[in-house]
Amino acid sequence: MTAASRGQGGGARRAAARAILYALLLIASGGYLLPLYVLVATSMKSFAEVSLARMWALPSGLYFSSFAQAWLGNPAHGLRGLGPNFFNSVKLVVPATMLSAILGSMNGYVLAKWRFRGAGVLFPAILFGMFIPYQSILVPLVQTLQRIGLYGTLPGLIFVHVVYGIPITTLIFRNYYATVPTEIVEAGTMDGAGLWGIYRRIIVPLSPPAFVVAAIWQLTSIWNDFLFGVTVTSQPDVQPITVALNNLAGSFVVEWNVQMGGALLAALPTLVVYVVLGRYFMRGLMAGSLKG
Amino acid sequence: MVLPSVAALAVFVYGFAGWTGYVSLTRWNDVLPDYTWAGLRAYADLFESFRFRIDLLNTARFTVVFLAGCVGIGFALAVLLDRGLKGESFFRTIFLAPLAISFIVTGVVWRWLLNPGSAQLGSVGINLLLDRAHLGVLKTGWYTDPRIGILAVAVAAIWQMSGYTMALYLAGLRSIPDELREAARVDGAGEWQMYRRVLIPILQPVTLSAVIILGHISLKIFDLVVAMTGSGPGFSSDVPAYFMFDTTFRGNHFAQGAAIAEILLVLVALLTVPYLVASTRTEVER
Repeated sequence: MTAASRGQGGGARRAAARAILYALLLIASGGYLLPLYVLVATSMKSFAEVSLARMWALPSGLYFSSFAQAWLGNPAHGLRGLGPNFFNSVKLVVPATMLSAILGSMNGYVLAKWRFRGAGVLFPAILFGMFIPYQSILVPLVQTLQRIGLYGTLPGLIFVHVVYGIPITTLIFRNYYATVPTEIVEAGTMDGAGLWGIYRRIIVPLSPPAFVVAAIWQLTSIWNDFLFGVTVTSQPDVQPITVALNNLAGSFVVEWNVQMGGALLAALPTLVVYVVLGRYFMRGLMAGSLKG
Repeated sequence: MVLPSVAALAVFVYGFAGWTGYVSLTRWNDVLPDYTWAGLRAYADLFESFRFRIDLLNTARFTVVFLAGCVGIGFALAVLLDRGLKGESFFRTIFLAPLAISFIVTGVVWRWLLNPGSAQLGSVGINLLLDRAHLGVLKTGWYTDPRIGILAVAVAAIWQMSGYTMALYLAGLRSIPDELREAARVDGAGEWQMYRRVLIPILQPVTLSAVIILGHISLKIFDLVVAMTGSGPGFSSDVPAYFMFDTTFRGNHFAQGAAIAEILLVLVALLTVPYLVASTRTEVER
């Protein structure tokens, strides 16, 4: 586009510029992929060929023993596997994502389509909830969860992620509904439909794209969360995978290829979602910077 | 319809932050709560404490390197990608991929990459690559060297987050109309001048949002420190969020932890609230 519009610069010069451009991009890609290469290659190596000195060497074949040990653990050595924690994360992410998306959709609809006093203050006040350092709410959060009997449980952790997910999902849906013509809502009002009726019959059917963006965003951030997991769940059998991985990697008896196998297990679900549905992930990313 | 959410956030964000503020003014520094009033003592003690002073300094060093790295690299990548090349989305996918994984995974991987090695092991990770490239002089102890400490964590954080600034700048560059570039060319501007005089100034709002969003992340950085280094030798990679967690949940110094948390909250609020108010206001006007 830009290069092409320059015109008579000469085909050879343009080709050379293009080659340099590709070379730079390839070098940069190599840099970004290096850590991922070590992660994947090390997880695939056999125990015999794992040595730190040969960190950068390709595996001689595909071995899944590191993976298996990260997943199953080694009960003889008192090492817990990450398998159960992987499923904890699944059981955490699915309901927490759905609930926070539904709440965000209702909030976003009201904020985008209904004028009421204080809306100008309410919206930024809700959004500030996604910027706060969670350290500033952890102690009362633990006290409250203990009092209502949810401390240390998966439902407790789900509840926490739903509440603190409201700001970002509200933002995603509000931005999306702002693009829905107001006339549609007005037509609904003429037909005698109320706040709820319009939401259910008109807004929800228009919402799938926003639900995908919000769901992918929440899935990724809840799966990747560490702070809430480590604070709210103290028992290893309840902990999500990030917390269990940190325990595994912090243990001196665990070989580093097993640590890498565990890290790959923790990274794989969100990486797959990202590769398959990347453009929806991008939209969530942009929404989070308040750029629409 | 919004009432349940609003009520929940009023309690869980504002109520809890207020309660933490109250805790920070008490003498609760043991397992059992003690709500005896202590005024600002926890804050005074903090600013006297060696560890907290290092933490603030570390946060400042981390922020400068992290922001410079993300803005510089992100902008450079966006400029390269803004040429309408074939395979653009392939490269974009690679640069953004680290954003999809957890800071814990990043920390575990980079702890090995920036491992200083040892006499028996020889060089490993990045140091080993430097050896192979005959750049052995650049080898360092990374996070085990107290002079580097937190900056090693910043390297990993830049790897993870620079794709984000790339995405912001790329969207910004794409939103600049071609006519503007044409006009600049007609005026005889070369490629370099075009960026310096036209595009970079237009992209200033993008830079501002990148600095605010990444800046608030660097104030809160926690997971990566936990997974990669912990406090480090002589607290050289300690940060306020880590100190807070450590002193509150391992040391039971609740008042001290609460004071650190409130200081963090104030810093984040100073950084983000003006931005938040400004961006929501322009949106309402639109």
